[in-house]
Amino acid sequence: MRGSRRALRPPWPLAVAAVVGLALFVLPLAGLLLRVPWRDLVGLLTSEVTVDALRLSAVTSTAATVIAAVLGVPVAWVLARVEFPGRSLVRGLVLLPLVLPPVVGGAALLFAFGRRGPFGEPLYRLTGLVLPFSVAGVVLAVTFVSMPFLIVTVEGALRSLDPRFEGAAASLGAGRWTVFRRVTLPMVGPSLLSGMVLTWARALGEFGATVTFAGNLAGRTQTLPLAVFVQLEADRDAALALSLVMVVISLIVLVALRDRWWKAP
Amino acid sequence: MVEGAVTSGLDARCVVRRGEFRLDAAVRIEGGETVAVLGPNGSGKTTLVEALAGLIPLDAGRILLDGRVLDDPAAGVFVPPEGRRVGVVFQDYLLFPHLSVFENVAFGPRSQGRSRTEVRHRTRFWLERLDVADLGGRRPRDLSGGQRQRVALARALASGPALLLLDEPFAAVDASSRVQLRRALRDHLDGFEGPRLLITHDPTDAFLLADRIFVLQDGSVVQSGTADDIRLRPRTRYVADLVGTNFWLGEASDGMVSVGGHHLSVADRGMAGPVFVTVHPRAVAVYRRRPEGSPRNTWETVIVRIEHHGDRVRLQTGAPLPLTAEVTPGAVSALGLGAGSKVWVSVKATEIGVESA
Repeated sequence: MRGSRRALRPPWPLAVAAVVGLALFVLPLAGLLLRVPWRDLVGLLTSEVTVDALRLSAVTSTAATVIAAVLGVPVAWVLARVEFPGRSLVRGLVLLPLVLPPVVGGAALLFAFGRRGPFGEPLYRLTGLVLPFSVAGVVLAVTFVSMPFLIVTVEGALRSLDPRFEGAAASLGAGRWTVFRRVTLPMVGPSLLSGMVLTWARALGEFGATVTFAGNLAGRTQTLPLAVFVQLEADRDAALALSLVMVVISLIVLVALRDRWWKAP
Repeated sequence: MVEGAVTSGLDARCVVRRGEFRLDAAVRIEGGETVAVLGPNGSGKTTLVEALAGLIPLDAGRILLDGRVLDDPAAGVFVPPEGRRVGVVFQDYLLFPHLSVFENVAFGPRSQGRSRTEVRHRTRFWLERLDVADLGGRRPRDLSGGQRQRVALARALASGPALLLLDEPFAAVDASSRVQLRRALRDHLDGFEGPRLLITHDPTDAFLLADRIFVLQDGSVVQSGTADDIRLRPRTRYVADLVGTNFWLGEASDGMVSVGGHHLSVADRGMAGPVFVTVHPRAVAVYRRRPEGSPRNTWETVIVRIEHHGDRVRLQTGAPLPLTAEVTPGAVSALGLGAGSKVWVSVKATEIGVESA
């Protein structure tokens, strides 16, 4: 926007604070990029530890995103459309992982689904499945932490969708499932997609809940963020390379969501 | 009526409470008949549509369509919208933005589980019927208001409704295409054999498209009847204000309009052919003796009826061109007017609305 000349020059206290604030973001990134061992990058990124972590992170984040979509959309629908007592309580519960320290989330999962936990024990007896310190445990931990992003995004979209479209579909003879499948879902499609991207990004970066519930077993439950943490002690260059990978992925996510977040005022 | 008796058409009494507001309207429509529900914003028109379509349940009353009970709270019957066969053309059409025109029209037949070929066949039929076959691949956002209206009508009709509801079908159309669309809609409605309910706030829509008119005010039907019944004998001041305009069909040529053999001079010299002519009762001046002045349309007639509506009086005049004039009670007593009084009326040419029919 072209405003007056005066509006272009901020008062100096604001300008100083803004520069410091921006430095807070820029300096760490710059420090990271300055130290990246560009020459050895290919070798570092193809080492066993790195490849394992990359593969595990890709698989678990994607699995968590799919689970979040399949289970989160129904939760969002119920929260947006069904009036029931205690609805705001349920919504609070769903949003809790957004603000809960992930370590606490991991501990809660451990108590519930540990081999002697109230839900883990019957699960083990019935199926022989042990969640802690397993790939399935990683998926459960990252789903727990990341699914709220999907629910919040989709619920918002459902609320802003004009319910008369669904009424119109029903008046044309479509049953409620058909209405959901052919009208509601496609109309919130763009929001569902960006919710999935957000969920995936959050799942990829998950650290606290994962390390608490699934441990840090290289090649088994060691995801990208865990590998970065471990390699900082063992092999600094490998840690830098892995960090670079995550920065690049984050940038890709930002670009993917630009229409949603970067809409120029 | 006997419980369960099979009758054709719509027979409904809809009672819906929404906070302070209460809709209580009884409507009967025969197959092939168009009834207009005329009322201002907030009178309960859209609530009536939603109740008939099953989008909101009745609090009391009953909806009977071709002998089927669709909603009867006393008997615990409620047929959901998808089971009603009530086609709706919604106020802003509500075409599905993520589907093409073809897919929008195919939505109904497909939802009813018809075969692929049948869906395609039916969809093509209705697209052609409403002259939108060439728009099949487009998205609703790429259509004009008039095209959207026709697609919405095609979509509603393709689902094979037993009742057709049109909620303000011209609300999203600019004024210039309204005349033409109204005529087209009338032709298309003739092709639908079930009862049709037109919701509108515009008396002209009601006069031109409906066989009967219900005037809805604050949730109640304050008057119902044919257009002439309501126009010439408005029962309340509100109805008089809403629909009390003089309205004729005429033939225009060279700045003159012939209405039933009576000639009126009009301002628009370019008009030719069949026209709708409107004159607001306030634009009619009444004299005891022949006036001299600028009004080009002056004739002698007789007062056939006088109605008092608060601070206004409506006079009905007789031949040669029956019309309604609105004057003050003071004018009535000053001129000593009563039923049977001989008077002169005049209308300025510029006060006569002419619209091509």
